Amino acid sequence: MSVPLLEIRNVETYYGPIMAIRGVSLTVNEGEIVAVLGANGAGKTTLLKTACGALDCRKGRVLFRGEEIQCRDPDRVARLGISHVPEGREVFPFLSVTENLMMGAYTRHDKAGVAADLATVFEYFPVLKGIRGRMAAYLSGGQQQMLAIGRGFMARPTLLLLDEPSLGLSPLLVKEIFEIITRLNREQNISILLVEQNANVALQVSTRGYVMEVGGMVMDDDSDRLLESEDIKEFYLGKKDEGARGLRRWKKKKTWR
Amino acid sequence: MLPFDDVIRLTIIGISQGCAYALIALGFVLIYKATEVVNFAHGDFMMFGGFAVLTFSEGFGLGFWPGLVCACLAMGLAGYLVDSLIMRRIIGQSQASIFILTVAFGFVLRSAAGMIWGWSPLSLDTPFDGETSFSGITVGTERFAIVGATIVLCFALYAFFARSRLGVAMQASSQNQLAAYYMGIPVRRLVSLVWALAAVIATIAGAFMAPVTQLDTSTGFLGIKALSGAIVGGFGSIPGTILGCLLIGVIEPFSDYYFPAIKGVSAYIVMLVVLFVRPDGLVVQTFRKKV
Repeated sequence: MSVPLLEIRNVETYYGPIMAIRGVSLTVNEGEIVAVLGANGAGKTTLLKTACGALDCRKGRVLFRGEEIQCRDPDRVARLGISHVPEGREVFPFLSVTENLMMGAYTRHDKAGVAADLATVFEYFPVLKGIRGRMAAYLSGGQQQMLAIGRGFMARPTLLLLDEPSLGLSPLLVKEIFEIITRLNREQNISILLVEQNANVALQVSTRGYVMEVGGMVMDDDSDRLLESEDIKEFYLGKKDEGARGLRRWKKKKTWR
Repeated sequence: MLPFDDVIRLTIIGISQGCAYALIALGFVLIYKATEVVNFAHGDFMMFGGFAVLTFSEGFGLGFWPGLVCACLAMGLAGYLVDSLIMRRIIGQSQASIFILTVAFGFVLRSAAGMIWGWSPLSLDTPFDGETSFSGITVGTERFAIVGATIVLCFALYAFFARSRLGVAMQASSQNQLAAYYMGIPVRRLVSLVWALAAVIATIAGAFMAPVTQLDTSTGFLGIKALSGAIVGGFGSIPGTILGCLLIGVIEPFSDYYFPAIKGVSAYIVMLVVLFVRPDGLVVQTFRKKV
């Protein structure tokens, strides 16, 4: 088996004295969409930030194509071909849409390629084309999310880290954005590590999924199997199974505890 | 009542003084926007830059313009090093420690200048010595040179920040540092470059102010006046800063003329009034910065 694109091995990250993730491992292979699910505070964002270098891990290793990249500065990690689309959009508020996108391509020097990719972004997100001169702060949440993903794509990454792209968006927009995420994966051959609370959508687009709880991994499996799993159904998809007496067991335990 | 000629003369002097404040204040604002540090040593950067121009142009006999270029390069390098070696280590500490550090750094620069160039004022030969007269009004040529330098510099800076890749990246990293990192922008190096740029602007200001103020270790205190100009205009907005500095510059010669008792204090009075009436300054930024 070939070397995975991204491999996280037993990573432990602390915020001061507080351990935010404790010994988490994960792999992303070339061409995959991998989803990480979990509730608030499970450590999903911390995991992504550790992967891209914004947080330093105290133990463990992050390997990109077999090369150790933990504890490097995020700008150096970005130059390797890992693009991070942070939680809550984080666009540059006083720059125009086009300037934001061009900042995504900051590390690139092939002018023709950048221009072609700018056209590609406007093709994926036609909304952005009409407002390309507008300041990013004036965009709606959905437009900002599209801008953030487009900006991440402009770096032409091999791996895209997506942190909660569905945050605060209407169901229709979520559907639209996840269609584009799938297209980016298939048409542009970008592998994606996706962190989501919206388990249903995330598992539908991804090939494999991981479940995190309070700083640790508790499940990992193929996405279609996770979708069928009783625990996921109960706790992440909110589907209640009817008990034998037509009542829900009032104190069901998760099987991994 | 003041004769009309004098009104014009004082206005020209005021505008040029305001431009000089604006040149200095630009450095404050650039560094503040990039790092949220108010560099209280900035006036002393200007003072030191003026002396550096003297050394290069007269000490080494290069002449004014080549000397100015060399001094700008040297001061730019110094500004870069000040950030990368000193300021970078203290970023993230409390504002009070940063404040004290920059103030202390100003004192160090002042004593260094005194030790190198002596404590008595020196004069710098510039191409703008002499006077310009038109329709009976006589004003020192250096006054027009300051205005010209400010205009040229403002356009150059605008073009740099709005058009060039590096300039837009500097804006981006000041607006959202972490996101800039994620884009592969080397934020730390850019911040050091902003310090270098501010030091270069300060040197230019120092050189153009030299015919007016002489080269003296205490000219750094002009920085405090420039700072109040920036506060009047709304700290963090570059057009506001220029406006505020011009306002203070024009008010100053008139108030000194009419109320000699409070000579030199009018800038601070204007600042206090503005702070009471409009705490955000005259030109309020479109958005508040998210905490």
